[in-house]
Amino acid sequence: MSVVSTDPEIVLSARGLTKEFRGFAAVSDVDLDVRRGTIHALIGPNGAGKTTCFNLLTKFLQPTRGTITYLGRDITGLPPAEIARLGVIRSFQISAVFPHMTALENVRIALQRRRGESMDFWRSDRVLRSLNGRALELLEDVGLTAFARTPAVEMSYGRKRALEIATTLALDPDMLLLDEPMAGMAHEDVDRIAELVKRISRNRTILMVEHNLSVVASLSDHITVLARGRVLAEGDYATVSKDPRVVEAYIGATHD
Amino acid sequence: MELREDVPAGSTAAIPHDDQGAGRLHMALFAVLLVLFAIAPMFFYPVFLMKVLCFALFAAAFNLLLGYGGLLSFGHAAFFGSASYISAYTAKVWGVTPEVSVILGAITAMILGVIVGSLAIRRTGIYMTMITLALAQMVYFVALQAPFTGGEDGIQSVPRRALFGVLAISPDRTFYYFVLIVVFAAVLLIYRIVHSPFGQVLKAIRENEARAISLGYRVQRYKLAVFVMSATLAGVAGATKALVFQLASLTDVYWTMSGEVVLMTLLGGMGTVFGPLVGAGLVVTLQNYFASFGAWVTIIQGVIFVIGVLLFREGIVGIIAKWIRRPL
Ligand SMILES: Nc1ncnc2c1ncn2[C@@H]1O[C@H](COP(=O)(O)OP(=O)(O)OP(=O)(O)O)[C@@H](O)[C@H]1O
Ligand SMILES: [Mg+2]
Repeated sequence: MSVVSTDPEIVLSARGLTKEFRGFAAVSDVDLDVRRGTIHALIGPNGAGKTTCFNLLTKFLQPTRGTITYLGRDITGLPPAEIARLGVIRSFQISAVFPHMTALENVRIALQRRRGESMDFWRSDRVLRSLNGRALELLEDVGLTAFARTPAVEMSYGRKRALEIATTLALDPDMLLLDEPMAGMAHEDVDRIAELVKRISRNRTILMVEHNLSVVASLSDHITVLARGRVLAEGDYATVSKDPRVVEAYIGATHD
Repeated sequence: MELREDVPAGSTAAIPHDDQGAGRLHMALFAVLLVLFAIAPMFFYPVFLMKVLCFALFAAAFNLLLGYGGLLSFGHAAFFGSASYISAYTAKVWGVTPEVSVILGAITAMILGVIVGSLAIRRTGIYMTMITLALAQMVYFVALQAPFTGGEDGIQSVPRRALFGVLAISPDRTFYYFVLIVVFAAVLLIYRIVHSPFGQVLKAIRENEARAISLGYRVQRYKLAVFVMSATLAGVAGATKALVFQLASLTDVYWTMSGEVVLMTLLGGMGTVFGPLVGAGLVVTLQNYFASFGAWVTIIQGVIFVIGVLLFREGIVGIIAKWIRRPL
């Protein structure tokens, strides 16, 4: 019997989370507690297992061992779509848009799901126009108003990432898992998205993988450092950044 | 071309299409097609036209699954053929009227679609396709062995009874309009499915399945739904075809029938509204034209297919749509 957290302040937690790929442990024995209303950063060198952790937490991968609880409920056995429907929405490390749909349609797909009429095959898709207003608001939040009618495939990488965030926010999720939301963005876009993440975090919980350490430093309340699939250190930025093991993992050499 | 490249992304020129305008264009084309088909019996043999119509619907139904659902079935003959048999059998043995035959055939295809679909969509890509082929071969085997299908002979001399029991439509020239209405209604239904909230989700799943899941869509349900819709409509085509030729035979359930519908769809342009109709028209015309060549028809068909796919991968209608920069 696994220990299920009963602390109501802990929104998402994992115990003993392990994923083995043919014997190779990409994630091993990870314990994680994400507190309500915080921005929790998951950092670590390339190949540390951050994305794999995200895939496990959202059940895009089945854990080899371990349990995941959301709001005190064991969700280890749920399929990924059901976890999304509980209000836990993830983004992907490689930009995940619907390429041949316009920015507006991308956001509308998310809005449409909450309306609960997505199985309606006998109605005209004109009914979806009632969602345009909200979709445009969301696009404005990420600075994409001018691109509403542009197919996602024609947008720059940074804008695709922004569109992805707008799409995620369209579901008004209680919890977001963002996998390197700012990777590949131009400097001014990084600032804009950092600000947006800060703003949306007010009534949400965010777990975020990010390589940009200045973003991590300024945004996150709590940091978990992964290396070789294991939790190496935990704490706020000041604590973690001084930890010699973390320095070693990042630089790859010991400093005596 | 030069002009277009000067236009910055995000300006109005980057709009791929105005969806309202595209809808109007499609409706206008449907209207033109309807008028052309309404007067066509003055110029062509009704049986030939009815064959074109039945295969146009078959291909359109198949395209719903492949072009819009992103799922390749190589077993659609099972739905077409089983509906053909049920339609022929109920018309001949039970003596039901044409509309009832078609409905019963479609229901049969629908039930088969639920079975085949729920097994097939558990896998993806080539594995899914192979499951559809394997199950369709089982249906073929049943058709070959079952006592009511007439074995090698099939079910022949299927009567065309009065529509709703009152309207005599038996002559080819009259029956043609029954077929025209059934096929047009079904093709318009497919158009609506594609351009519905459901169709939008299908598109999203096709474009990026993982993302659709992460937004909370239960994609398996959508895949099964579109599979069953496609199977049912293929059934309408098969059931109607049995009444047109007054015959249900093993050809209808044979795997070559599954291949033919793939060919029609790809040749015309998968994922386009009018491609399957054009592809079906073309293939049926060629078959008729080359009928005297006997077994060579298959080879000629194969050569045309290879050339067609090599020359224009988007299919005929896909190419035209590219030229005029509007979805067709
Ligand atoms: N499907 C898979 N099959 C086999 N090995 C995998 C698979 N997915 C990930 N891995 C391995 O697991 C390890 C962790 O990968 P993961 O993508 O989680 O790292 P990451 O911390 O997200 O790295 P990055 O910072 O580069 O994104 C890597 O060694 C990777 O090669
Ligand atoms: Mg990663």
